[in-house]
Amino acid sequence: MYIAKVVGNVVATIKHPFFEGRKLLLVQKLDLDGNLSSQYDIAVDDVLAGVGDKVLIVDEGSGARQILQGGNNAPVRAVVAGVIDDIDLVTED
Amino acid sequence: MKFGQVIGTVVSTHKTPGLDGVKFLIVQPLDENRQPNGEPYIAADSTRQAGPGELVFIVASREAALSLEDSFAPVDAAIVGIIDDVHAPLLSNGAGK
Repeated sequence: MYIAKVVGNVVATIKHPFFEGRKLLLVQKLDLDGNLSSQYDIAVDDVLAGVGDKVLIVDEGSGARQILQGGNNAPVRAVVAGVIDDIDLVTED
Repeated sequence: MKFGQVIGTVVSTHKTPGLDGVKFLIVQPLDENRQPNGEPYIAADSTRQAGPGELVFIVASREAALSLEDSFAPVDAAIVGIIDDVHAPLLSNGAGK
């Protein structure tokens, strides 16, 4: 899992039936300082996240299918699994 | 899932039986700003409606086969949607529209 920021929405009409009625978000990975990295993903939203939210992404197929109830054959890897309220990082210095 | 642009088609008659009926397209992977990023590869088209020039989204690895009728088809990338629009106001370099 990793922390990401929702930077946009992706709209598709023609898609695999599993994606019908599901929201796709463009997310960009954040480093621990909260800076955007160059790594991105298109993730299925399961928690009503929106643009600007800091979120938790699961990027693994079996975990994703467990979250998205809707069949064992969902062709999905990335899922927005949570909206992050706060991160407390303990640093030694 | 990642962005890709369809840049060509692949036709194969003699192939392993697990690939019968699977449509193959050549896909250029794109970064978050929809700019080319990496080497093109061949992906199965689970929408069956994608064609050259189209912006699509791709699922890779084991999940690619799950998008096809035979969920054990030997593929490692599949097109699962044709993108109409990306609205990305917060994209890092501001290229999102």
